Amino acid sequence: MTDPRVLLDPTGEMEVAGRQRLARPASLDGLTIGIMDIAKSRGDVFLDRLDEQLSQRGYKVRRYAKPTNTRVAPLALRQRISTEVDVLIEGLSD
Amino acid sequence: MLAPPDGLVLVAKRDCPTCVLIEPVMRQLAFSTSTVTVFSQDDPGFPSAVGGVVDDRHLEASYRLNIEIVPTLIRVQGGREVGRVLGWHRGEWEALAGMSGLGAGLPDSRPGCGSLSVEPGTVEELAVRFGGVTFAARRVEVADRQDEIEACYDYGWSDGLPIVPPTLVRVHRMLQGTIRDAREIVGLVPPNLAPCSVEKVAINAVMAGCKPEYLPVVLAAVEAVLDDAFCMHGVLATTMYVGPIVIVNGPIRHRIGMNWGVNALGQGNRANATIGRALQLVIRNVGGGKPGGVDRATLGNPGKHTFCFAEDEDDTIWEPLSVERGVLSGTSAVTVFAGYGLQGVVDQLSRTPESLAKTFAACLGAVQHPKKFLGADAFVVMAPEHYRTFREAGWSKARTKAAIEAELRIPARDVLEGVDGIAEGMPAAMAGKVLTKFRPGGLNLVRAGGKAGLFSAILAGWAASGERGSVPVTKEIKS
Repeated sequence: MTDPRVLLDPTGEMEVAGRQRLARPASLDGLTIGIMDIAKSRGDVFLDRLDEQLSQRGYKVRRYAKPTNTRVAPLALRQRISTEVDVLIEGLSD
Repeated sequence: MLAPPDGLVLVAKRDCPTCVLIEPVMRQLAFSTSTVTVFSQDDPGFPSAVGGVVDDRHLEASYRLNIEIVPTLIRVQGGREVGRVLGWHRGEWEALAGMSGLGAGLPDSRPGCGSLSVEPGTVEELAVRFGGVTFAARRVEVADRQDEIEACYDYGWSDGLPIVPPTLVRVHRMLQGTIRDAREIVGLVPPNLAPCSVEKVAINAVMAGCKPEYLPVVLAAVEAVLDDAFCMHGVLATTMYVGPIVIVNGPIRHRIGMNWGVNALGQGNRANATIGRALQLVIRNVGGGKPGGVDRATLGNPGKHTFCFAEDEDDTIWEPLSVERGVLSGTSAVTVFAGYGLQGVVDQLSRTPESLAKTFAACLGAVQHPKKFLGADAFVVMAPEHYRTFREAGWSKARTKAAIEAELRIPARDVLEGVDGIAEGMPAAMAGKVLTKFRPGGLNLVRAGGKAGLFSAILAGWAASGERGSVPVTKEIKS
């Protein structure tokens, strides 16, 4: 008999790459703040207000949007954001 | 096992009346020539009075010699088999042995018995032990005193119900259900976008309780949900109830014994129950999609354990779903739909198609919310007694669908936000428009259910149905 106690792993067996979070900036002064709209209904209302508040305080804000909330953000968009802003505010969902 | 030496090779077992009958013949051969190798499958003391019987209770020689019947007599020359006789046939034995006068007094022939190496379950066991079968998946050893099923829970492999431990033999047996290479990559499974091989699908199919003949259906279902148009990542991640619903068409429904009749959407049929479950286990285990992780469903639905059924194709007036979606008639296919449910359609009084179409429309109007339009798709599962009303009136599927959709057109002003004292509804900007409940192609009709009962069902779809989210995907089932 083969050993019935040896099982085959049903998982993806992926090594999850451990990534260190970037250090939280001590201050937002001089930084560019990204705001990412994931295209969830009425998310823009909240994010517009945030944009307004941040801009009034003199921060530089850049806006981004996903084409649809149902899919992950396109790679090109993610790469663009990573090169254009220092911090990002992203609504996750409901 | 070393290759048998040149000469005669004889494989037998005591638990075979023919082998016992010809025991004197085996002795005759053993005494007359030094080049007879006898393998005994169940008792190294059999045949008696024959020296050097090789103990083959582990069946390695029987497997490697591809023995199906005992006794089997084989002639080996130059390391290669040149002749074989199954069972006892005096003339053939004498010819192969190059001897005469074998088994004087015995009947001229007797059929043999089945070899122990081909007993049910043994073939795959031997293939794994001796046949060079390899697996790409990591091996996980369960501790000596640990319960295997509990261990699978501990590893996080279960959907909450007990699973069948995926042993090497079970997975090998499952892989016999397809001609596809176990290493073939079926696709990338979200959310981790993990490459998923046929072998990984087979492992999860074992755990779900599938039979090998279901594997092609599971593979097609996996391929269907991994089609970008289905948007499996979003279907998994959404806070809505949805999960993949699998609908099977074509001759494979018969071959694997699926249910499209009584209780078609319920419990009790192994194929229906385990195919849908295997698909969900692939998402969970290969893709890493787990509730509370990327699966953010507020409530989910019981169909996220399994939701799979076959369509009733016994009546040919309404084309099956697969044919409607471009698959050749007579070809097996799966269609996946991001949905949940069911919501009942109870109408015991309508006897005209016009009345019944209005009933379906009225019930479909409640999908998501009576005041929400153009969001979710829906599948109607029409029971035979409702279907009869349309069929007897000569209504095609297209006509029936059109009649239902016509009833679902409504002036937007009646369903705007705030109308009827309900905040929910369509945006005020739509005032003045006429709305349809479903996007073009968003309403589908399939048939299933027991012969009695004027009870159909609606399976509602994701609020993000359509191009921006998920559309139903159909895939042919390959072998």
